[in-house]
Amino acid sequence: MSWMVWTMPTAIFFSSIAAMLAGMTIWEILSPTIERKGFLPIATTRGDRLFIGLLSAAFIHLGVIGFTALSIWIALAVSAVWLLVLMRWG
Amino acid sequence: MNNKVPNNRAWLLVLPMLVLVAFSAIIPLMTVVNYSVQDVLGPNARFFTGTEWFQSMLNDDALQAAFLRQISFSLIILAIQIPLGIGIALIMPKRGWQASAVLILITLPLLIPWNVVGSIWQIFTRGDIGLMGWGLRELGIEYNITRNAGDAWATIILMDVWHWTPLVAMLCYSGLRSIPEAYYQAARIDRASKWAVFRYIQLPKLTNVLVIAVLLRFMHSFMIYAEPFVLTGGGPGSATTFLSQSLTTMAVGQQDLGPSAAFSLIYFLVILLVSWVFYTTIMNMQKDKPPHGGA
Repeated sequence: MSWMVWTMPTAIFFSSIAAMLAGMTIWEILSPTIERKGFLPIATTRGDRLFIGLLSAAFIHLGVIGFTALSIWIALAVSAVWLLVLMRWG
Repeated sequence: MNNKVPNNRAWLLVLPMLVLVAFSAIIPLMTVVNYSVQDVLGPNARFFTGTEWFQSMLNDDALQAAFLRQISFSLIILAIQIPLGIGIALIMPKRGWQASAVLILITLPLLIPWNVVGSIWQIFTRGDIGLMGWGLRELGIEYNITRNAGDAWATIILMDVWHWTPLVAMLCYSGLRSIPEAYYQAARIDRASKWAVFRYIQLPKLTNVLVIAVLLRFMHSFMIYAEPFVLTGGGPGSATTFLSQSLTTMAVGQQDLGPSAAFSLIYFLVILLVSWVFYTTIMNMQKDKPPHGGA
């Protein structure tokens, strides 16, 4: 595994992604998702909204890192809030 | 139809593929992520750099310019290849030996390896021995892809159109062949014009293959490397240096693994975003249509 040059932050990052996927699987087994339309222009399932949330989180982070002097933790907080809003009302 | 018992155990059959993808794509991608936040100098010498590489990559003027060039290139070739491919598919013979002959002829460019395509065009456009380069010069037209950026661009676009329009044409051709004859009969009864047949029968029926064509061509052109590299080497200056060439120069030429990892991830995210937007838009366009619309 040493060739993968792991670091603590990236390990935490991938563990949380894995945890999210596992959580989504369990959630899906307990109560299957129903496709619905929220404030997004398209009808989405739970998994779609997670994907949209994570992808936009990536771009939020890139934007904050590249073009502002703000802390990356602000990007993380904004992304987390955005993900929750998206999951609930998207 | 709706009272089927859902059986998700079939998903287990996907497991071998998942394992394969894990080794060929997911684990390497994770490694790239790890590299992107570090300065790896050797097996035992690495330093955590955090977001530094991302910051410098996003603000790199040369990379921003390469990114804009890349987007323009992809949009231009899509704007040419998709209509041209549909047009070629429409006039291709429908049956008999002519159909097979045209199919084979049209497929030939697709069989040529990228490097060879680059070399062919490199020789083709030379002013001293190349047919096109020499011909244009004899006609009195100034043409030099190593000096004039406009010429280099035009040649690369022409080369890509030559190499990849057949793919679009073939996809459209197969889409057209799968339209049942009954639709055309109905159109004849209605005395529909050729344009109406195209607009309301052929084009809607082609949507699925066009999604694939646009996606394939976009992703492919967005990652284009060998052809322009062999043809122009990215020049004149950096006029035709596209993203993957910038990436290769950085990762292989200069061994800057951290910055190139950060850059690869940004590149990957852009491709992921564009592909997802394309796919979702077109799939939803179909969903919104009334079921009796026939699409």
